[in-house]
Amino acid sequence: MLHLAVLAPILFAVLVPFLYSKVRSIHTGWFVLIVPVSLFSYFLSYLPKIKEGTIVQTVNWIPSLNINYDLYLDGLSFLFSMLITGIGSLVVLYSIYYLHKSEKLGHFYVYLLIFMTAMLGVVLSDNLFVLYTFWELTSLSSFLLIGFWNHRERSRYGAQKSMLITVFGGLAMLGGFVLLSVTAGTSSIRGVIDNADLVLNSPLFTGILILILLGAFTKSAQFPFHIWLPDAMEAPTPVSAYLHSATMVKAGIYLVARLSLLFAGTDLFFILVSGFGLLTLCWGSYMAVRQTDLKGILAYSTISQLGMIMSMLGIGTEVAVFAAIFHIFNHATFKGSLFMVAGIVDHETGTRDIRRLGGLMTLMPITATLALFGTFSMAGMPLPILNGFLSKEMFFESTLNLGHEGSSLVATVAPFYPIIAIFGSIFTFVYSVLLFFKTFTGKGDLSKLEKKPHEPPFGMHLSPVILVALIVIIGLFPNLINGPIITPAVEAVYGSAPDKHIYFWHGFNSVPLLMSLIVVALGLVLYITREKWLSFYNVMPGRFSANKTYDYIVENVFTMSKKATSFYMTGSLRLYMSLILLFLVIVTGSIFIITDGFSISTDNLAPINWTEILIGLIMVGAAFATVLSNNRITSILVLGVVGFGLSLLFVIYRAPDLALTQLIVETVTVALFLLCFYHLPELKKREESVGNNLLNWIISISVGTIITLTAIASHSTKLFETISDYFVETSVPLGGGHNIVNVILVDMRGLDTMLEITVLGLAALAIFTMIKLRKDGEAD
Amino acid sequence: MKTNDLILKMTTTMIAFVILAFSFYLFFAGHNAPGGGFIGGLMTSAAFVLMYLTYGFGTMKKVVVINFRTLIPIGLTVAVGTAMGSFLFGVPFLSHTFKHLHDIPLLGDPEVATAMLFDLGVYLTVIGVTMTIILSIAEDA
Repeated sequence: MLHLAVLAPILFAVLVPFLYSKVRSIHTGWFVLIVPVSLFSYFLSYLPKIKEGTIVQTVNWIPSLNINYDLYLDGLSFLFSMLITGIGSLVVLYSIYYLHKSEKLGHFYVYLLIFMTAMLGVVLSDNLFVLYTFWELTSLSSFLLIGFWNHRERSRYGAQKSMLITVFGGLAMLGGFVLLSVTAGTSSIRGVIDNADLVLNSPLFTGILILILLGAFTKSAQFPFHIWLPDAMEAPTPVSAYLHSATMVKAGIYLVARLSLLFAGTDLFFILVSGFGLLTLCWGSYMAVRQTDLKGILAYSTISQLGMIMSMLGIGTEVAVFAAIFHIFNHATFKGSLFMVAGIVDHETGTRDIRRLGGLMTLMPITATLALFGTFSMAGMPLPILNGFLSKEMFFESTLNLGHEGSSLVATVAPFYPIIAIFGSIFTFVYSVLLFFKTFTGKGDLSKLEKKPHEPPFGMHLSPVILVALIVIIGLFPNLINGPIITPAVEAVYGSAPDKHIYFWHGFNSVPLLMSLIVVALGLVLYITREKWLSFYNVMPGRFSANKTYDYIVENVFTMSKKATSFYMTGSLRLYMSLILLFLVIVTGSIFIITDGFSISTDNLAPINWTEILIGLIMVGAAFATVLSNNRITSILVLGVVGFGLSLLFVIYRAPDLALTQLIVETVTVALFLLCFYHLPELKKREESVGNNLLNWIISISVGTIITLTAIASHSTKLFETISDYFVETSVPLGGGHNIVNVILVDMRGLDTMLEITVLGLAALAIFTMIKLRKDGEAD
Repeated sequence: MKTNDLILKMTTTMIAFVILAFSFYLFFAGHNAPGGGFIGGLMTSAAFVLMYLTYGFGTMKKVVVINFRTLIPIGLTVAVGTAMGSFLFGVPFLSHTFKHLHDIPLLGDPEVATAMLFDLGVYLTVIGVTMTIILSIAEDA
């Protein structure tokens, strides 16, 4: 059943184009809405069973590679499934009012449904490689969704950026998964966790951890990979609300939480995850204050909130994990609602620029109320009706009590954590307040807006209203979801079930409350004096922006690789020849040296007589004359001398067939050379620099030396008896001929001859076609 | 300017036949003495080239009706056919056999080898290749 549930959206997606083109009168979203709603109720039916234990369902996919489509549902996957299907339903509902029927709705809902399947697959998979498959599917569908308005240049830029970054991380993660499954001997996540000892003691542990975290960090927009998220805001707002606040960006969080049982407790995990998490928290909230676009603020705020969750997972104590899980839930509610509010503002006023907005409270009271709850929950205002405050306070608590007893590393960094957390939270407070007050209060010059602002239709409000209702309900009765949802999820991440109640009020002595009050006080001061310190931003991100680095890389990859290639791919055949020969010399020479392969023995040498010496000298002289001659015809003729000298040597060495053939072939080639070169223009001396010329000489001399050495060495080492005795003995009895060469050519090794005459035939046909086709003008 | 090279033509007429005869000898003797299809083919081509040099294209086209290009596929077919012929006798590709024929009038005791057929393929191909190359280039010039 679970398998079907995961695949249901993608299967339904097949129907969407038909529904879109056949039923034009009804908004396609209404049909699509059925899918997440029914999935939501289906997953809800597991609620009573979750506390009892894990539900596992298996289906074989590629058993021979241990890749099976195994699913399992425990507290953590249940929480995520609820978020995906629940927020999914609300987003589809919202999109029905947000997207006009004139948009390409068919495309939109197909992408969205693919994404839903991918996301459900990620959180439910037990198999590492199935998880990876779905993981990449989320990257792909999110790429399509970000680039939905593909006629806009910024959309395409954002889509490409998110694709490059998340796929980079995804591939790193695949590497980590491969190492992990090899180390643990299984590709099942539960199996890997069971074999944690093998992994933790393996020398590959650092590599595994870093590669997998790369995947999680890129997906969850952690510093410095956060840069894709603000640019992904070019997507339609429902997409931003769904993918870039509630679900996809939490895939990395999910992965870290899922593998916490394996990694948590190691120093490396602690320092990387909590360190980068806090860095992201601070940098994201700091940068969010600078934004002027509503969705830009929300994007950076998402980055910072994800950093906060990540840091809590890194800390990994019971209270921290509890806070992380609780905040995952809370963040999904308030960030989802805020994105929808931003979408409403955009939809009804035509702009998202907070410099142009203001005073919308009187015109859009409902929207303003929704925004108020969302932003204040995000800021962690100490009010009993906001869930954001509860989880933020737990975050403070967890930074105060870092677990992981005895580690000196933890003891060293422990004092800094609460301070960093407060710093990040102050900016969170500032941008949340800014977001609300700049948009809804003050005197905005509303006459300049493209549309006259008014409240949107009720349906558009419905989704944020439900989310805000959740904020308040959880804020008032946090234990409502604590027992059934949060606790099983914490158990899945931490290993044991916490016995914890969430209280709003800890009494005056509580340090976290004190921290919250500090945040509010300092945040208010900073908000009021905002104009005075905003110019600091020109100094601080300044030139050290990750965006600039990314742009630089993307723009220069092409030119740089072209430069690198054209450095050696100059198109000059001379250079290629030199490189090939140098390579030959270096490889052969170094093998000689490494294996000490050179040997010389004079045992088996025949006596040399004066004719051989004479012929040899003539050939050497002719060879030098060929090289040094400036005249082409001279070179050819002198080269002929070398050939005829060779046939003389064949005669001396008693190879009559070779001598005959060499004689005739030499004659023919000299004639052909003369024929061809006669028509070529006069040879010009190529002006070579002295250095180049010298280099050519060095290369040719070293090639000659190497070949000579090889020949001498191979002649001096005889490993086996030659086979020629066999030919001599069997030529007459088996081949019926006294000419051994001929018998070998046509009988014993006739296949070679057959293929050689084929080569000749092809050469002749090639020459024929080259000449004839050129004549017909076809080859010009 | 057309010169009347009578001496050249006369000697060519005689020499060409000598060369042709020599090339046939080389071809047939190949199995037992230096020679064979390759050298024989080249030598035959040499005779043709000599005739082309002396008499020119116009005359030669009337005298030699062979299209040398077709010799290439013919030669290759003969060679491959010989090689595949061994399948008929249930032996591997390119197996050869030979036999001494006794008491043939005039020839005495000749030896017949299937390798000779293969060599014939080589011979024909080589003639085709050489003549095609030389004639295409020469015609082009």
